[in-house]
Amino acid sequence: MTTHTTDSAGTDDLVPVEVERPGRFGAFGGRYVPEALIPALEQLDEARQKAAVDPEFQDELARLHATYTGRPSILTEVPRFAAHCGGARVLLKREDLNHTGSHKINNVLAQALITKRMGKTRIIAETGAGQHGVATATAAALMGLECRIYMGKVDTERQALNVARMKILGAEVVAVEHGSATLKDAINEALRDWVTNVSTTHYAIGTVTGPHPFPEMVRDFHKIIGEEARAQVLELTGRLPDAVVACVGGGSNAMGIFHRFVGDEGVRLVGVEAGGEGVESGRHAARFAGSSSTPGVLHGAMSYLMQDRDGQTVESHSISAGLDYPSVGPEHAHLRDSGRAEYRYATDDQVMEAFSLLARTEGIIPALESAHALVGAMQVGRELGPDGLVLVNLSGRGDKDMHTAAAWFGLVEEGTQ
Amino acid sequence: MTATTTGVGEVLARCRAEGRAALIGYLPVGYPTVEGSVAAMRVLVEAGCDVVEVGIPYSDPVIDGPVNQEAMSVALAGGARVDDVLTAVEAVRDAGAAAVVMTYWNLVLHRGVERFAAELAASGGSGLITPDLVPDEAQDWLDASDRHGLDRVFLVAPSSTPERLVTVTTACRGFVYAASTMGVTGARTSVDSDARGLVERVRQVTDLPVCIGLGVSTRAQAAEIAAYADGVIVGSALVRTLGGEGELADRLEALRTLTAELAAGVREGQR
Repeated sequence: MTTHTTDSAGTDDLVPVEVERPGRFGAFGGRYVPEALIPALEQLDEARQKAAVDPEFQDELARLHATYTGRPSILTEVPRFAAHCGGARVLLKREDLNHTGSHKINNVLAQALITKRMGKTRIIAETGAGQHGVATATAAALMGLECRIYMGKVDTERQALNVARMKILGAEVVAVEHGSATLKDAINEALRDWVTNVSTTHYAIGTVTGPHPFPEMVRDFHKIIGEEARAQVLELTGRLPDAVVACVGGGSNAMGIFHRFVGDEGVRLVGVEAGGEGVESGRHAARFAGSSSTPGVLHGAMSYLMQDRDGQTVESHSISAGLDYPSVGPEHAHLRDSGRAEYRYATDDQVMEAFSLLARTEGIIPALESAHALVGAMQVGRELGPDGLVLVNLSGRGDKDMHTAAAWFGLVEEGTQ
Repeated sequence: MTATTTGVGEVLARCRAEGRAALIGYLPVGYPTVEGSVAAMRVLVEAGCDVVEVGIPYSDPVIDGPVNQEAMSVALAGGARVDDVLTAVEAVRDAGAAAVVMTYWNLVLHRGVERFAAELAASGGSGLITPDLVPDEAQDWLDASDRHGLDRVFLVAPSSTPERLVTVTTACRGFVYAASTMGVTGARTSVDSDARGLVERVRQVTDLPVCIGLGVSTRAQAAEIAAYADGVIVGSALVRTLGGEGELADRLEALRTLTAELAAGVREGQR
């Protein structure tokens, strides 16, 4: 593992940093899976490490990003929105403009390439909001891989448009009806499929959680967000931002933009979780704020986890399907406990207000997930005041959330959707 | 330690001395009710199970198939707690069989590894089977199981490399759980041919007993596996029988019948 240090002038010096154990972020991470999957994880770890130093792989990925994803994504300054952020200057990193509409494509193109390098012909994935599912189905179509997407039944209903997109792209979509029928149950089902078909199948986990090497690998495939953003902010403003803000479900977009700033000690890293109907209501996904959330193991990794007095997983809730997950990526748990990053939450009410505000002031409709980050930007901007500079990762576009938003704002009559 | 622990290794050694494989039956605590599950475990022992695998219901059982997952959901909805597992372990021990708990790791972690080990030993449990804990992550459990004299059963799979077989079996005590096939729990019409090959590979690296699980549901399958393995583990077929229609007493009788059939099967497969 390497990380970097940066002097005040913002020069790039990559410095190798020793880690205590591979796959661990402090006390978090690890590999808590059935033995049957260990050989596959070792194969994946070897493949991704070889790919990381293989110019052919890097060239192919760079070509895809330039000609297919649409990278580099642009930086947009939003002064009319910033007027609601204490006067601080606010810049959006526009991952919503990527092909398929979110940051997710960065990761799946790379994982699909690795799938082919491992000689596997089938790719499976879980999805909550559908963004990762659509991105995976897209990569599979592009590279001729068989594709199956697991999605909670509840999420297939609130994200029906994305289900249709996945099917059009040639993927099979399996609606999971077990448990809470949301993202965590889709992951359970994908893991079962993987155990059964691991010789031909790669499980493209969509966020920075799961057993090692997934948290590290997915972060590395998304770190391009922070690398681009950091250079763009420096070029535009001549300095680093005071704060980098991103929403945190599993935490992939946040790790993607945070990673390049971790060594910049003066830059606050702010993750925004889903506060749902309020932490005190119990209906939320604020893993770092809720009283039921303590370190535990879910889906192969040790991290903060919403659990009851016996260690059974507590169901999470968010208006945004992509944040509706009871655990969080282990590197976030480490960043939080080490004090390097700070985490707060936004309630559904606050999120919808920010969603509407960005649309009306800047003509940009964000994903509900990304609207959580906007709430964080409004709060941090007010703390920083007029001299502040806030960088926000706008991780996805809001097309998929029109059904939810229209219902929330009373723009459609019941039964017309 | 207040209870007399029956070690699963001792039971398997006794069966081996009789020239036969052991029958190991799995049921989750709390299905259909806590009392019903304890009664069912007693039936397993009375009808010929040498070891009872006492399952703790879990909200996210990723290596279990639909039958076991549904049973766990029913158990949790009915209020089953980790505490109830200790009650079931005592009942199995009192009925005269070894009790080994099968659990997903977070439940042990959350209770506290040391506390869980102490309570399990005190209730007369033999040890733990941990489907989502590999030895590489298990140092706390290795230490606690040593302190409390508990068995620790890790899984090997057809995909396990020779190096992994050494790593896993070196950490095992009691027996080695060999997954017969790549996949989740659930009765199958035929047990994968990988099972025999896996047992042979395990025997090359350890003298520990090797028990086969995942997919066994019939007397004939039990006999087939008993010819080359030290133990035959049956789960979903028993759970499904217990979960049938009708009065609990009738279902317990059906469970008794199936268990007796399987017990006959392991004897037919004598080596």
